[in-house]
Amino acid sequence: MTLSYSSIEFVVNRERCQVSVPPMKRLLDVLREDLGLTGTKEGCGEGECGSCSVRVDGELVNSCMIPVLQAQGAHIETVEGLSKSGELHPLQKAFLACGGAQCGICTPGMLMAATHLLAQNPTPSITEIREGLAGNLCRCTGFVRIFDSVIASIAQSHAGPGRKSHAG
Amino acid sequence: MRGDPQAHQLVAPGTLHGVLSLLAEEPGAWTPIAGGTELMVAYAAGRLNHRKLVSLWGIPDLRWIEVSTDSVVIAAGATFRDLRDHPAIAAEFPLLAKAAGWIGSIANQSRATLGGNLVNGSPAADSSPALLVYDAEVEMISACGRRRAPYREFHIGYKRNLLAPDELLYAVHVPRRNAGQRQYIRKVGTRRAMAISKTALAGRVLLQNRVVQEIRLAAASVAAFPARLYRAEDALLGKAISPETMRATRAALLSEIVPIDDIRSTAEYRRVVTANLLQEFLSSFAPDGTIR
Repeated sequence: MTLSYSSIEFVVNRERCQVSVPPMKRLLDVLREDLGLTGTKEGCGEGECGSCSVRVDGELVNSCMIPVLQAQGAHIETVEGLSKSGELHPLQKAFLACGGAQCGICTPGMLMAATHLLAQNPTPSITEIREGLAGNLCRCTGFVRIFDSVIASIAQSHAGPGRKSHAG
Repeated sequence: MRGDPQAHQLVAPGTLHGVLSLLAEEPGAWTPIAGGTELMVAYAAGRLNHRKLVSLWGIPDLRWIEVSTDSVVIAAGATFRDLRDHPAIAAEFPLLAKAAGWIGSIANQSRATLGGNLVNGSPAADSSPALLVYDAEVEMISACGRRRAPYREFHIGYKRNLLAPDELLYAVHVPRRNAGQRQYIRKVGTRRAMAISKTALAGRVLLQNRVVQEIRLAAASVAAFPARLYRAEDALLGKAISPETMRATRAALLSEIVPIDDIRSTAEYRRVVTANLLQEFLSSFAPDGTIR
């Protein structure tokens, strides 16, 4: 069978990228193997665990389920894009402070699902946090510290510079 | 055995016309792939036998929801996120909105499409019981034109449906006439998120003076494909809900479902629980609320 590579362009973490890969290659594998972005993990490889969660055009997706051809022209956000100018994202700081990460395999996906949740709903209830992270499995923490981390990051963003600048 | 990307051809014509032309040129050679939440699982496991795939993702003509006077029309490429977010679906088709929330997780709902759920045709398909009780119609399209059929006739066997090799599922029409009707849906799975159903039941009833004027019942995971429960419906039509009709309906239901033992549940569990779901629905509108 004669199968060709496709030239695919998209934006990853605000940077324009071009790859030449088989069009059926999974977005997950392109991120990890062709772009060296190994923060995104593979857990189950069948859309059940959420380890490979990234955002594509503002939607939370499992990157193991997307043939890279379907990401042509997309804006992709991975865990590597969360920190800015060497400073960790508030969610990352909260996961560190609250013990939200143990072995670390689920953590990038958790961070992306939490980022997506807070982008849609900046002040979620605990039920909404649980639903927002329901597609992401963790076998270490028992989830409570992960939920605590998300709550802490919300509390911090309300007590932090945001409120000061609002008041000032 | 992992999927080999070089063993599969994937093209993205980018328009509905382009996809239909491709299907017309080589009927049966191309497998449509929309959000990929089904086919990519098989692919990753090295089990995807389809060598030539055509992408339906990102085609605006396949992703819209339109509200007309008589019906809500959902394009086959609408995602379950689209369904959950749509105000007319939330307001008038609560069973469908609820079923959309059953699909996997948020990351699955952002990609999984209504058309994919129906064409894949799993016996456990989450959206099917709701569409069956709402009397949905499916619209199919090919380079030669369009045709419509009642959704209840769409599945014709295990993972088999009415689509010809050059056809796509184009849209699902859901009539807007459920005002004042009691509606019910419940899925029983291992956990709330991500679980495939052990059984699921949907119902819709129009009562007049406590007598059943119109009834629709449908279930998933209890036969080779999601289906209406016609015998149970017949046992209720024109009757008042009483312990006697309840018993007759339960017996009718048990005479028509054919569940199997599999990794998720047993046939016996499915029989008992499906009948219990029916009883829960009927009890919710029985005069004394507690028919046993």
